[in-house]
Parts: sequence; structure tokens; C-alpha cells
Amino acid sequence: MNIPTLASCVAAGKFPEVLFWVGCAGSLDQRAQRISKAFAFILQKAGIDFAILGKEECCTGDPARRAGNEFLFQMMAYQNIQTLNGYGVKKIVTTCPHCFNTLKNEYPELGGNYEVIHHTILLQQLIDQGKIRIKEGGVFKGKRIVYHDSCYLGRANGIYEAPRKVLELLDSELVEMQRCRSAGLCCGAGGAQMFKEEEKGNLRINKARTDEALATSASVVVSACPFCNTMLTDGIKEAEKGDSVKVLDIAEIIEKEMITE
Amino acid sequence: MTILSLVEPLLFTALTILAVSLVAKRGKLILKTIKLGRNEKLNGQKIERWKNVLLLALGQRKMFRKPGVALLHLIVYAGFIIINIEIIEIILDGILGQHRLFVPVLGSVYPILINAFESLAVLVLLACLVFIIRRNLRAITRLQSTDLDGWPRKDAFIILGAELLLMSLFLVMNASDTLLQERGQLAYSQHITGNFWISSMLHPLFSTWSNEALSVLERTTWWFHIVGIYAFLNYLPYSKHLHIILAFPNAYFAKLEPSGKMENMPAIQQEVIYAMQPELAPPDGNIHAPRFGARDVMDLSWKNLLDAYSCTECGRCSSACPANQTGKLLSPRKIMMATRDRLEEVGRAVAANRTWQDDGRSLLHDFICVEEINACTTCNACVQECPISLNPLDIILQLRRNLVMEESNTPAEWATLFGNIENNFAPWKFNPEDREKWIQPT
Repeated sequence: MNIPTLASCVAAGKFPEVLFWVGCAGSLDQRAQRISKAFAFILQKAGIDFAILGKEECCTGDPARRAGNEFLFQMMAYQNIQTLNGYGVKKIVTTCPHCFNTLKNEYPELGGNYEVIHHTILLQQLIDQGKIRIKEGGVFKGKRIVYHDSCYLGRANGIYEAPRKVLELLDSELVEMQRCRSAGLCCGAGGAQMFKEEEKGNLRINKARTDEALATSASVVVSACPFCNTMLTDGIKEAEKGDSVKVLDIAEIIEKEMITE
Repeated sequence: MTILSLVEPLLFTALTILAVSLVAKRGKLILKTIKLGRNEKLNGQKIERWKNVLLLALGQRKMFRKPGVALLHLIVYAGFIIINIEIIEIILDGILGQHRLFVPVLGSVYPILINAFESLAVLVLLACLVFIIRRNLRAITRLQSTDLDGWPRKDAFIILGAELLLMSLFLVMNASDTLLQERGQLAYSQHITGNFWISSMLHPLFSTWSNEALSVLERTTWWFHIVGIYAFLNYLPYSKHLHIILAFPNAYFAKLEPSGKMENMPAIQQEVIYAMQPELAPPDGNIHAPRFGARDVMDLSWKNLLDAYSCTECGRCSSACPANQTGKLLSPRKIMMATRDRLEEVGRAVAANRTWQDDGRSLLHDFICVEEINACTTCNACVQECPISLNPLDIILQLRRNLVMEESNTPAEWATLFGNIENNFAPWKFNPEDREKWIQPT
């Protein structure tokens, strides 16, 4: 894909309107890279002038901070804020709710002030503005789909409706899990749990959440977080439902459903 | 002649002074204990805060996430408070040696008020009965949890039992009083109130009683009712029931920022800035390093400590906690209860010795163990569910900070995670150059 880095733009004397903060998962994890590609594709088709930081981007420090290592968090934040302020970045969009939360809520008091939005919000805005148009009778037509609330979008930042409004535009049946919106159950990855084994218990959290998703008989589980995506994909694989149920990011769905000519 | 002999008003006045001064003493100790916490500055936004007091504390809005039980709770709460307006009269009667002092003042409004109080008393009685039954139902797991084993479970039944008793005493008191009025007993005819809706239904129970026996019943229920209220008032600040008062300051001081935002540590922020830009560091090289995170209750903020005293152990947090619901040791309710238990211990020691002397114990390890703290996914479900905006997550994260930064006590995988972030700027061991790989044509 031909996606410019901010460094190359500035070298060419251009300054893109939006910085796409790809995040560690979106940059490095093979599954999440597909989400980044889908979202970048949408941005290009919608005519958004954007760039990424590429190798200048560092972990926001979210997992370090939540695992208790404030020093490491502050080091990452310092470095990122130096980079972002150095370029004079104004607006950031992320596909990761954890990056979104840290950039939006935790960087300002450290000197990093930007307009930060999550891709679910931007997708809804682009649809409202007519910059994205949805096909009639796309691949998800008639399918039953269920949206899983990411904790860091939902409870942490109150974003429940934007992703649902986007999904309602598809010709599919949008259903809810028993626990949804502010009562939604975590996928098990937050608070740096993604990077370690769970404590002793009688069930894995991602299994508990996957069971709720499967109970809806939906054939597509929609996530808006690369970590939720991984946890639910693992859960569905473990339940041996990988052939009949897919976990997709909201960006991957819009990529398939938008009119591109 | 008044009903009360000369001794009764004196005895009653002394008792009232004792009850009020004891509860004031306890209240002062609690306030002092909460102030043992570190300072935490809250941003302004007074309007927003008063709105929370009205909606969350008075309006009990978050309780209505479970509408049935919320309605019962509202009945008990509002009923109990409203009925207790009546104690103004009871106290004045007691001190002045009068009987139903407000009858001539309020006139025809008086029976309307008492009828309303009696109706509420019946609703409170019924709701408390339902609550007692609910607490014994297996299906409501949050009330069966081992978190409540021992004193906490007893505490809940004592509160409900006390409310049942007080309401019953109030109704029997009115029944015997109005029956004596009907019989034209002089002392009770001082102010004729007429019968009340509910208590008059109890008349048949006592119709065969002699006037003397009824008088004894009326005096006994009157005394037990008011002494019961004084006792309950003094029990309150030793019990989970304290939430009926502290819910108000708690709603006022509740966090207004997005719940995903973690509290910053300016001291560490400064240290990192000095490390990166040594020219900014103070010339003497002395950097004030506070305690990293929280090891004991005094390291938590006063708001955390207020939270601990306000928790009513309902367990909505734990029944929404992904870790708790999948059998992990972590229970956000237990975090709050452990914090209060330790705080009580520290508060008592400080009160006894005038200052804090290390007792070799701490909240971390002795009350809350590492396995509990590490199981949290920081999903904020506990914070979301708490009807009075307590924040167990904030305590968990401060304990984690202490574990990592003072004890270097972290799971091996997290140690690897830290290493990766530090060296590769990502949680995984990738070359930072690889970050751009996904945009290159494959």
C-alpha cells in the first residue's frame, strides 16, 4: 500500500491533515495488520489526507502503565510527545482503543494536546458526510452480526453508539449479547493481561465472552479493538467454530461494504 | 398530669446527649482516619458534582440498573428517612415530658402525616422481609459469596432486623396509644389524634388488654422505639450501613474524567524529564521521591479511604468483574472491604498512640495478595456498576505500582513485556524498523 510516513510528507513540504496512529498491534501483529490495511484503504477512498509515523511511533505505554510500571510509561509518553509535538500534529485517529484512551486522556497533562478520535467515530462521520457510501446487498446482507464492546471504548470513554450506527447501515441483522454496552464483559486482554497468562480460575475470560457471542448465533462477531479481536478469535477457534463464525474489525467490514468506484 | 413522671424526661435527656455525643465521637474518628490518606486534588466543576449528588445519591440512579431491587431499596431508604421525621416529635416529647406535642400545632395535618408514616412503615417492613428472603436465595450469587462470610453477613441481617423491629415498635406504639385514647384514658386524651390507618388494624390484638397493661405496652414501645433509633444511630458508623450518609459526599467527590484515565504520577514524570533533559534537573540533584504507588492505606488518597468507608458490600462490582466471574481470586468488593478493615486497624492505632507506629503489617500482602491484584483487566466494570461511584480499580492500580516499582514483584511475562517496550518500543520483540513493513508491497 502506498501510505506516506509523516517524515516523508514533511520532507516533501506537505503536512497531512490527520495522523493515523497505527499502534503496536496494528503495525506488528499479522492479524491486526489486516485491520490497519483495511482502515488505510477506507481513508484513501474517502479522500482523507493522512500519514503514519512508521518507525517513529512507539508504544503509548498503556500496558506498562497498567501493569504498574509508571517509569516506563512516562518514558514512552515523553518520547511520543516529543515526536508528535515536533511535527506539530493536530489530529490523530487510532484503530486501537487503548492507544486512543492514552493519547486522548493521559497525554494532555504530560504536554501532548491533540484532537484524538477512534476509527469507529471517524467511520461514522465519513458516512454521515457521504464520503463513505455503503453498497446495497453487500456480503453481509441477511447475516446475523453481533458487536462486542471494547472496555476502553465503552466504559472508559462512553463510545457505544457510533459503531452500532455504522453497523446498522448494513443490510444485516445486528443483535446484542446478553451483556452489552456499559454492562459488556471484557475480552480478558485489558490491563496488560494480553501479555501474560491468566491467574488461576475455572474459566478463561475470553472463553466466557466467546460463549456469550456464540449464544447469539451470529456468524460475524465485530470488534473495534485489535486485542479484543485476538481474544475472541482465539476463543472461537477453541470452540471449533472458526469455519462458521468470523471475528472482524468494523474497518474490515466497511472496507468490504463501501462503494469504491 | 403528664404521662411521664419527673424522672423520665431527665433520663431521656441524658440518654439523648449520650447517644449524640457517642455518634459524634465516632464520626470524628472516621473523619480523622479518612484524612490519613494522601492529598488528592479534585478539579472544580461544582455544578457537575452537585448533579451527581442529586442523581446518584438522592436519586439512586445507578441502582435502577436492576429496577426491581432498586424500587425496594428506594422504599426502605425513603421510607426510613421520612418516617424518622416523627422522631423530632418523639425527642421533644421525651425531653419536655409531653405527649404528642405536635397535635395542637399541626391540627388536621397531623393525622395525615402519621397515616403516611404508617403506610410507609408497612412498605418498609415488607421490603425488609423481601431483602431477608433474597439474602438467603442461592440464585443471587453476589449475596452468597464467601466475601461476606462472618461479620459482613451478620451485619446485613442485623440492619434488616433492626429496621423490622423499629417499624413494628412504631406501629404497636401508635396502636396502644390510640386504643387508650378511645378508652378515654386521661393521660392519653391530652391530645386526641383519632385512629390511624394501619395501627388501628392492630387494635383487635390488644382489645382484651387492661388499661394498665396497654399503658405499659405504650410506654415500653415508645422507649424501645426511641432507644432503638439511638442504638441504630450508634451502630451505623461501625457498619456497612454507613453508606446512607457517605453516599452523598462520595457522589460529590466522584471522578468526573473519563474512567479510562489513570492518575498521573508527577514525581515520576519529572524524573523522566530530568533523565531525558539533565539541564532541567535541580542543581543539588535532590529529587523528592515519594512512595511509588500504595503499600498501605496511608499511601492511598483520602478519596480511596472515603470509598472504603462508604462500601455497602452489595457486590455488584464483583458480579460484573470478568476475573471474579471466571473464578479468579480477585473480588473488587473484597478490595474495598480489605481496605476498610486495614484502615480501621490503622485508625484505631493512631487514635490510641496519637501517631502512627509501624505495626509490621500493610494493606498489600497482609490484606490483599499479589494474585488478586494481578488478575485485574482494568475493564472498569466494577467502577461502572457501583451505585455510589466507588473505585476499586484505582486502589488495585496503586497497589500494582507499588509491587512493580518498589518490590520489582511482577509476573515473568510482564518483566518480558517491560523489556520489550523499553528496548523495542513495542510489547513484542520486533525490530522497531518493522513497524513500517505492513505498508510495503508484499
